[in-house]
Amino acid sequence: MTERQPSIIFRLDPRSGIAPYRQLVDQVRQAVEVGRLRGGDQLPSVRDVVTQVTINPNTVHRAYRELEHLGLAEGRLGLGTFITQNPDVHTTEAGSAQLSRQLQLWAQRARAAGLDDDDMLELLRRILNHDERVLS
Amino acid sequence: MTTPVIETNALAKRFGRKWGLRDCTFSIPAGKVTALVGPNGAGKSTLLRMAAGLSRPTSGQITVLGSVPNTEEASLLKRVGYLDQVRPLYRGFRVDEMFRFGAGTNPTWNMATAHDYVDQLGISLGDRVDNLSGGQRAQVALTMCLAKQPELLILDEPAAELDPVAREDLLRLLMREVAERGTNVVLSTHALGDVGSICDYLVIMSHSRIVLADDLEFVVESHRFLGAASSNAPALPEGVAVIDTRTSSSEVTHLVRMTMPLVDETWQVTEPTLDEIIMAYLRLGTGSTLSQPRHDATTATGGGGS
Repeated sequence: MTERQPSIIFRLDPRSGIAPYRQLVDQVRQAVEVGRLRGGDQLPSVRDVVTQVTINPNTVHRAYRELEHLGLAEGRLGLGTFITQNPDVHTTEAGSAQLSRQLQLWAQRARAAGLDDDDMLELLRRILNHDERVLS
Repeated sequence: MTTPVIETNALAKRFGRKWGLRDCTFSIPAGKVTALVGPNGAGKSTLLRMAAGLSRPTSGQITVLGSVPNTEEASLLKRVGYLDQVRPLYRGFRVDEMFRFGAGTNPTWNMATAHDYVDQLGISLGDRVDNLSGGQRAQVALTMCLAKQPELLILDEPAAELDPVAREDLLRLLMREVAERGTNVVLSTHALGDVGSICDYLVIMSHSRIVLADDLEFVVESHRFLGAASSNAPALPEGVAVIDTRTSSSEVTHLVRMTMPLVDETWQVTEPTLDEIIMAYLRLGTGSTLSQPRHDATTATGGGGS
């Protein structure tokens, strides 16, 4: 096997309260959105990921399955998992500009209502957690 | 269905007049890295030692990989690796001498694996066990266990007492083994941070009993915080068992286990973190004044609101 630099270095924050598989999915999605990962790039093998970060291999499999489900990555039998050729991030980009404007407005209102940054983050975290339950 | 890795039925162990373990019935499916969590004295080591065949049950049954554990039976012994904090190394030996000893006593020994692992960890074969740091000794002991190529690894607090770098190296070695060989792992730990990242099955013990044994994913899915103003808290919804309750002058918050999908609009529902769930179970029955457990979670199965 040839020595190659991994296409992405994962990080794991055990204190974030965010499920480890979700952290991996988010990091790949972000890397695709900012162009650090491009169509055709190979994601590190499960074995490589578990030597990068201390994580259960099943969790990495699960994150990769989720990326496939999202259309961001595709598994090629016997070769590994690759970023899809035209990952659908343009709509995400357009959408995220709009969403961030809405969030700015919301943050202004929240500040006016007396919430500080920590309060807002806590509120958002609760909503996201709740949301995940509703969606799944 | 594949054979469960460990399966127990009404397993109990008594030491003199004291129960080390009782009413213990659970099953760990194959293909998992299982965390065994509980306060000191809860019975974790007692359970692990029985699984390794080092101690016999007082009553009840335990099977490991489908067989009754027994250290006199070589066929199961070679399929199971067991490591506790008393690391079985001869301190006068060099690392390569320990490995030759391992090869001589284990028919399934893989010397290439042993060499590869210590090489990765920066330990040389000529190092004497005496001169290794505590972390390195733990790594060599785990390598000895892995080179046996067991189907199941039973580890009693494998990373306790290690510095952060050594524990990370040790756990990565373990995860690499799981990735490459699909080894089943059951490990006890006090480090809750490790549970979420390296484990996918959770067993919680308290007071010599099992209080929870489930897939990690399902553990988070099946627990919720229910909050309300304490002045007019509504009745608890159907199908929840209260694990822990906290009250302030104005609010009451229950951590509940759901036995059916929650249909309720009167309580404010939030998702707990894994740490919060584990802590709530660990507090069960401790009489900790920081919380007020009101129900026994092992018996409450529905409508625990009375």
